Parts: sequence; C-alpha cells; structure tokens
Amino acid sequence: MGQPRRSLRAFPGWVRGLGSAGEGTAHWWAQRLTAIALVPLTVWFVASLAALAGADHDAVTQWLASPLVAVLMVVLLVATFHHAQLGLQVVIEDYVHHEGLKTVGIVVVKFAALGLGLVSVFAALKVTLGG
Amino acid sequence: MVEFALPRNSRVRPGRTHEAPPGAKKPRAFKVYRWDPERGENPRLDTYGIDLADCGPMVLDALIKIKDEVDATLTFRRSCREGICGSCAMNIDGTNTLACTKPISDVKGAVRVYPLPHMPVVKDLVPDLSVAYAQYASIEPWLKAESPAPERERLQKPEDRARLDGLWECILCFCCTTSCPSYWWTGDRYLGPAVLLQAYRWIADSRDARTDERLDQLEDPFRLYRCHTIMNCTKTCPKDLNPAKAIAEIKKLMVARR
Repeated sequence: MGQPRRSLRAFPGWVRGLGSAGEGTAHWWAQRLTAIALVPLTVWFVASLAALAGADHDAVTQWLASPLVAVLMVVLLVATFHHAQLGLQVVIEDYVHHEGLKTVGIVVVKFAALGLGLVSVFAALKVTLGG
Repeated sequence: MVEFALPRNSRVRPGRTHEAPPGAKKPRAFKVYRWDPERGENPRLDTYGIDLADCGPMVLDALIKIKDEVDATLTFRRSCREGICGSCAMNIDGTNTLACTKPISDVKGAVRVYPLPHMPVVKDLVPDLSVAYAQYASIEPWLKAESPAPERERLQKPEDRARLDGLWECILCFCCTTSCPSYWWTGDRYLGPAVLLQAYRWIADSRDARTDERLDQLEDPFRLYRCHTIMNCTKTCPKDLNPAKAIAEIKKLMVARR
C-alpha cells in the first residue's frame, strides 16, 4: 500500500481520507439496469441478424426502417454504450492507481462511448428516417 | 498500476529442510513461509517433516510442535485454539483459514502454510493488520441508540435478534478481506468484506438509531462499491458466514433509500 507505518492511534484519520464521496449508488444501479435490459435486447439482435443471414442491403434497411425495430435498435445502442462506459470506468478505477492516468483514462472512455454512441444512433435513425 | 508479480525482494526461495524423525510412523511435510525483517533476505519456504502419529489433528498443533521441538524461531500468532479468537488466520493449502480448526487430514500431500495474502508481513506467518483494524474502527462499531441507557440491557424482539445471526459470529480474523482481489488492488480505500459485514451488523441492529449516518459513511465508489461479488470472502470464511450477502444487503438499502 506504499504508506509508511504509523501508530494504530494515528491510522483512522488516514483511513477516512477525503471522506465518503456520497455517491456510487446511481452508478451501480445503472450498471445493473442496463445489464438486465441488454439480455433480451442482445438475444433479439442476434436472432434478427441470424434471420437476416444472406439478405441483401435493401432487405436489411427495410427491416431497420420499421418503427419497432428502429426503437429497439436505438435502445440497444444506448444501453450498450452506457453499460460499456460504466463498466470500463470500474475496471480503470480497479487497476489504474495513478490519479492523473486514472482521470485521463475515465474521460477518454466516457467521451469515446458518447461519440461512438451518438454516431451509431444517428446512423440507425438515418436508415430509418432518411430512406 | 496494480502489480501482478511479486516485487524482486518478495519472491519466495527454497529454504531449509528438517527431516522427519527416523522411525516416524506417519511422516508429513509442512512447507512454511519464513521471513525475518532483520536479515534483509528474501522470504523462503522451509520444509519440516512431522510425524502425524505423534501430533495433534490440526495444522496449529503441527505449527506448535515445530516451534516446540524443531525450530523455535518460527513465528506465528495463536491464542484460543478453538476458532474463536481469530489469531491464527493464515493461508493453508491455498485457502485462508484458521490453523486451529483446519484438520491436517483435509490436506493432501505437503501442507503449505503462508501468511494471509497481500498484507505487509511482520515476520514469518504474522501479517500487519493495522490498516484493516483502522478501517474497522472507522465504521464506529458500537451501538448508537436514541433513548437514554436503561437500567438493564436493551431488549430486542426474538425476530429482531435473529437478524443478527450470521453477523455476530464474525471473529475479525480477516480471512475474507485478505482473500478478496478487490481488497488486494484497492485495500487503501475499499473497506473489504470483514469490515463491511461488521458495518451491516450495526445497520441490521434494531436497537441502533444511526442507520442513516452509517449508510452515508459507506456510500462511496471505493469504500463499498469496490465489491464486485467475487465471493472469495464467503468461500473462505472459516466460520461459514456470508460476507458477500451482508454487502449485498447494504447495496439493497442504498437503492431503497434513493
């Protein structure tokens, strides 16, 4: 742990550190909810792709253009990227202990998830709405 | 970054071998981690041959026999020899447990004995638990009641008392905490399963009136939410308790109070 040994009496102050952040529950809960949502969504997505195997470009865009499929697709994309950035944040917090690197890593992950999520949602909507 | 390999000065080297006495009826090898802070050497693994026909049934019996009859320099903590003080917690045959309640007959082949993992070592099998004790103190493990102290003990309904079962039995041996990879990586900020089980012991107590403050203190990405439900804690607990469940109960209360 890299800390110099101190007397037992002096420890509690150090253990308390900067105090409780008073958050973490929303993060944990969102990770669970997106995980639960992704189970049926992923099954639906994989089954749909299997059913579309061998289909040409027109058939796939037609499939994606139906309102139900388009909404499910957007929900799948949002849940996937939200879940991914929540999970990667936890992985970085677990394994990267250098404060600066940790902050940079988390910011990169959040921006990347936001950017990729926006692009993919936009692409799905373009097929649905733009024709 | 997290270190996955031992630092150069912590790598364990082969040590001395003390053969079993000639004519031993049931010889068994004990491979014991040895490190002396005053020698400046790497840790080593000493091998002691013990005649199980002339030894008590538990691993602690063998360690005491080694210290008494073979090598008085071997250092370990022990006190009650009946699984209630938690002093002889160590890693035996790859699992954290109490040497006094671990039968030698449970282990096949040589019995490997190491200190609790990932804690600084004071000497041989004695880990430095100062941080874990301070983390325990930080959850303020005492009753905080609203009403003035009564003449006699504060009474509980039998069903309220029953909610403490599976919690009060914890002897704070820290077998669970030191088996938790999350505690290995972030033990400076994560409280670990033993301390969180103790925190829940007071949260679950019908006589305690400070559940709100206790939850406030725990609501933190590191103190509580470093638990990733790995379950090593529950698997290793020598008292068959379920720290993972206690932590899950805390997380449920965190959601319930949103």
